[in-house]
Amino acid sequence: MKAPDFAYARPASLDAALALLAAHGEDAVPLAGGQSLVTALNMRLSAPALLVDLNAIPGLAGVTEAEGIVRIGALTRHRDVGTAETVRARLPLLAAAMPHIAHPAIRNRGTIGGSVALADPATEWPACCLAGGATIVLRGPGTERRVAAEDFFLGLYTTALEPGEIVTTVEFPVPESDSVWAFEELSRRHGDYALAGLAATARRNGAGLRDVRLAFFGVADRPVLARGAASALEAGDVAGAQAALADELDPPDDPATRAATRLQLARVILGRAASRMLGRQGGSQDV
Amino acid sequence: MSENRASENPDREHAVAFTLNGEAVRARVPARMHLGDLLRGAFGLTGVHLGCEHGVCGACTILVDGRAVRACLMLGVQADGTRVETVEGLTESGRIRDLQDAFHTRNALQCGYCTPGMLVTAAELLAEGEEAGDVPSRDVIRAAISGNYCRCTGYHAIVDAVAVTAQARHAARREVAE
Amino acid sequence: MSAEMGGLTFLDRPNSYIGRSVPRPNARRLLEGRGVYVDDVAVARLGHVAYLRSPHAHARILSLETAEAKAMPGVIAVVTGPELAAICTPWVGVLGHFKGLRSAPQHALAIDRVTWVGEPFCAVVARSRAEAEDALAAIAVAFEPLPAVADMETALDPDTPAIHADLGDNLAFERVLDVGEVDAAFRDAAVVVEETFGFGRHTGVCLEPRAILADWAAADGMLTVHHSFQAPHMMQDILCKHLALPEGAVRVICKDVGGSFGIKVHIYPDEMATCALALMLKRPVKFVADRLESFQSDIHARDHRVSARMAFSAEGDILAIDMDDLTGIGPYSVYPRTSAVEANQVVNLTGGPYKHQHYRARARVVLQNKAPTCQYRAVGHPIATMVAEGLVDLGAEKLGLDPFGIRERNVIPDDAYPCAGASGIKLEKLSHQAALAKLKQMMDYDALRAEQATLRERGIHRGIGLAAFIEITNPSAAFYGVGGARISSQDGCTIRLDPQGGIVASVSVTEQGQGTEGIIAQIVATATGVPMDKVRVISGDTQTTPYGGGTWASRGAGIGGEAAWQAGKALRANVVAVAGAILQADPASLDVREGAVVDMQTGTERMPLAELGRIVYFRPDTLPPGVQPEFVATRHYVPKDYPFAFTNGVQASYVEVDVETGFVRLLRHWCVEDCGTVLNPLLVDEQIRGGIVQGIGGALFEHCLYDAQGQLLNGSMADYLVPMACEMPDIEVAHVVSATASSELGAKGAGEAGTAGAPAAIVNAINDALRPHGARVSRQPVTPDVVLEALGLI
Repeated sequence: MKAPDFAYARPASLDAALALLAAHGEDAVPLAGGQSLVTALNMRLSAPALLVDLNAIPGLAGVTEAEGIVRIGALTRHRDVGTAETVRARLPLLAAAMPHIAHPAIRNRGTIGGSVALADPATEWPACCLAGGATIVLRGPGTERRVAAEDFFLGLYTTALEPGEIVTTVEFPVPESDSVWAFEELSRRHGDYALAGLAATARRNGAGLRDVRLAFFGVADRPVLARGAASALEAGDVAGAQAALADELDPPDDPATRAATRLQLARVILGRAASRMLGRQGGSQDV
Repeated sequence: MSENRASENPDREHAVAFTLNGEAVRARVPARMHLGDLLRGAFGLTGVHLGCEHGVCGACTILVDGRAVRACLMLGVQADGTRVETVEGLTESGRIRDLQDAFHTRNALQCGYCTPGMLVTAAELLAEGEEAGDVPSRDVIRAAISGNYCRCTGYHAIVDAVAVTAQARHAARREVAE
Repeated sequence: MSAEMGGLTFLDRPNSYIGRSVPRPNARRLLEGRGVYVDDVAVARLGHVAYLRSPHAHARILSLETAEAKAMPGVIAVVTGPELAAICTPWVGVLGHFKGLRSAPQHALAIDRVTWVGEPFCAVVARSRAEAEDALAAIAVAFEPLPAVADMETALDPDTPAIHADLGDNLAFERVLDVGEVDAAFRDAAVVVEETFGFGRHTGVCLEPRAILADWAAADGMLTVHHSFQAPHMMQDILCKHLALPEGAVRVICKDVGGSFGIKVHIYPDEMATCALALMLKRPVKFVADRLESFQSDIHARDHRVSARMAFSAEGDILAIDMDDLTGIGPYSVYPRTSAVEANQVVNLTGGPYKHQHYRARARVVLQNKAPTCQYRAVGHPIATMVAEGLVDLGAEKLGLDPFGIRERNVIPDDAYPCAGASGIKLEKLSHQAALAKLKQMMDYDALRAEQATLRERGIHRGIGLAAFIEITNPSAAFYGVGGARISSQDGCTIRLDPQGGIVASVSVTEQGQGTEGIIAQIVATATGVPMDKVRVISGDTQTTPYGGGTWASRGAGIGGEAAWQAGKALRANVVAVAGAILQADPASLDVREGAVVDMQTGTERMPLAELGRIVYFRPDTLPPGVQPEFVATRHYVPKDYPFAFTNGVQASYVEVDVETGFVRLLRHWCVEDCGTVLNPLLVDEQIRGGIVQGIGGALFEHCLYDAQGQLLNGSMADYLVPMACEMPDIEVAHVVSATASSELGAKGAGEAGTAGAPAAIVNAINDALRPHGARVSRQPVTPDVVLEALGLI
């Protein structure tokens, strides 16, 4: 199938892009890495009047660190997020998550900003944003907003983005020195969307954990912070944490995978993530 | 020159100029046409195979600015200003001759439809390995090509061919170093 | 081995290429991106067609409004079913030797009723595919939805409406086979095991989608069809019949084909419509299925439910098998091979490796409102193998026997051939015992069992699964011809010696990557004595190759190869006869080796072929009187001794099951198979490996999912899961060689053995891993859902 007819523009500045989006309203769609959007176009699932290509805008890609904050430009490709020295040193959770995103050719092109803005509930970056306490920076015509990840992902492909706004930066606080993390994902095949995934962070608390953040993906209509399970884990009750998930997650029942399966998988990866975080500084399964 | 390039202004068709397999080329492209169709249609590069046109099968994988990407998931207009290489260009330059030889000797292809994308993906992996100075394991090779569908071979022979090429290149580098 | 030439067999002639791992000469082109698939063929004035397909599983078309679409930019024509029916007649997919098989007339474009989601009923031809699709969106259709028959289990219920009213009900075909004293055997058995096996519907997913380009040159009266297809002569014949054209007016060309696996050997409505549109519009028209319509309109396969039981003696002898197969085939039996063959094969093949004498099987083939099913790689084999091998493992467990031991005990002994299987199949020479012995050694079975036991204590659950199987290859006319289908079981090869001593061989068997052209070159080079690099092979063109069946049912090497061998020998005889006349030598004292005429005994060169060619082609005036060289030879071959050349083999799988997640990891896989003479080990091994992975796909991943209304739920490659590299194991392959005496080369087929045995080996391995948990799976694909359900965790 071929894409429906549309117009295209490649503005050279953020302001020009925002002006185009404002002028064309809901008929215009911003184009970042395109790995989901062009797929939807090629299947005629989406028929925008105008694509506003963000790829020529200077300054939207790259990773920097200042004053305890790691800033990842929205147009930073998945691969470049995961391989950036700053990310590897400061945000190992993201470095561990990156190889789970699709396949090399997709990671070379897709962007963190595009992934966050699309908010596919079975993808890695939104959950990492929740687990890492990220702030999403949004620009509109003459406006800039900063939204905590917890307030950003609102539902299935639904975010706090207003019409005419785009994601420009994802900011992560640099974790404390006693931080631990874990990343777990189960998919039918390597690179597939997750049946169940978990991005987790915590701080060591003697032999236990505190400030636990468990961000599940693939098990609801959005990435979910499992607060009840986190509390149980902080109390040292892994089984209790696993049991709490039944109330906190709302897995989809799809033709290939039952909701009960996803819930079971979520419990299993929670147990595995907990033992990783309790056992050592962090980690993830081999990719 | 700039007046010929993909425009900042919305339009349903744009002029593009880019480097294609080492040659400077120009074309006018409907905005909706993906890069795979542009390369096949306007430039006759029929080694760019379309297997799904939704980014999953990997048959259309090419290099853009040195990186493997899906030609079906980039718009043709987005090629403007880039350096695009297809299996035809990689063949003419001789850059993957050893890899092609290994595929041939090992019969790491049957119908040949996945082969250009498989070669491009493997070429990127091999280049990364050279940068890092290591030889990818079979598991690493399998992960790297896990986005390239092959219905014919069962993958074993492809992994063999990539592994043999990686080892040969590594040995050659060590020889040079010594 | 009877194929002696000059005192030497073909295996040890000085320039024999047979049995050697020679890389395929035609692969280099593909490696450089220079293949020519249908979508790569450039023609002038090309129209691109897109089809409007049914969104309903079953509906009446009340109205179709095309005026707006006709006025869209780039549109050349909009054509409806009734308009197209004026030049393309309908067909019915039945065969005379399947008694009682019924189907209904099927049109290239549905006329007034659509019967599955994806059935084409209107065509738009435009200057580009994109513009054709734009116009599709402008066609207004009013449907009256009709009740859909989605579940094959209820398709035969009295209150289920018949999809085709004229047929009265939805039973397309039923076969019952009852051999020996089945009831008595079960009554007297020491142990009876039973199971119901589910086989999900899946499809071929050729990486190159189906594609056809039809070019009607009205002035020449010639329809040239470029087709991604396995059987060009069959397509030519069918186009002639349904478009009312004489044979000479249709040329079908199959250049490079991006995978086929049985998908590209059937008559598809959209492909027939494309050819009819070319006639109608008097210009070339191209159809390339996109991936979404491939899932909706390529033939599907499997979709069987088999309830079966097996009776054993106390010592572990298989006494009898009793099984019942139900399969849903979609709304039409597919033309011209029919959709009854898979179920028929299940009946023929189940328990085929074993020597029991009592066998009862019933197969029922029912119509339903889903995509049509038909023959796909290893037709029926994975089902038959799973049923028998699953039951054998259940029996072994109950009897406390080792899975190897019970199979060694029950297979037909290697010295018992020729004989017949319980279903009546005639078996020339198989090697189950030798294959089992070789496999056991190859996989180091005892060590693997020890490892399994050690790891179980550590909570790691691994399993070993075995699957013995037989495969149908080299079909004679018994497969289709006797039933009235104009599908050729014979094939031919024409070989020409050119002046410089090079060879051009044209063959009617075709290439889709198996290496057909490669083995033909090997055989021709060996038979003629010309170096392989001087042999060019032409295939896939009805105008330039001998008439034949093409490539399907693992027949290219065994049938096409034998024709090439005989043609090569005939040409060589012609060559030495002329050389003898020139050299005044007895032709029987001459041979051709490495491109030269040589003395048979000493190998001394007497004359290079280039010199012979110079004389024959440019100075025939110098030839002795009465000598008329014929440097072209054609031979045809068809198997006659047996209806099929059965092959055999055994596979083993080693898996690890995560009993918390239900995930299955494939660790290793082995296959020992016997395809007779191995012409090229490199190519045969890769056929086996590719086939195994295709079998793994069905066992673990692939599934065409429909809802209760007959809607296809997973029509993209993102949600129809094919096997990818990361999850696949390395695969070790070995051979036993039992050459068929029906041909001089002795080659049987190897294309489907991998797919035949892999699912059973894997499912048995999973069950072996699950055994300590008292859990068991029997439904494919074995997804995490299936395993977790078996474990009682969900």
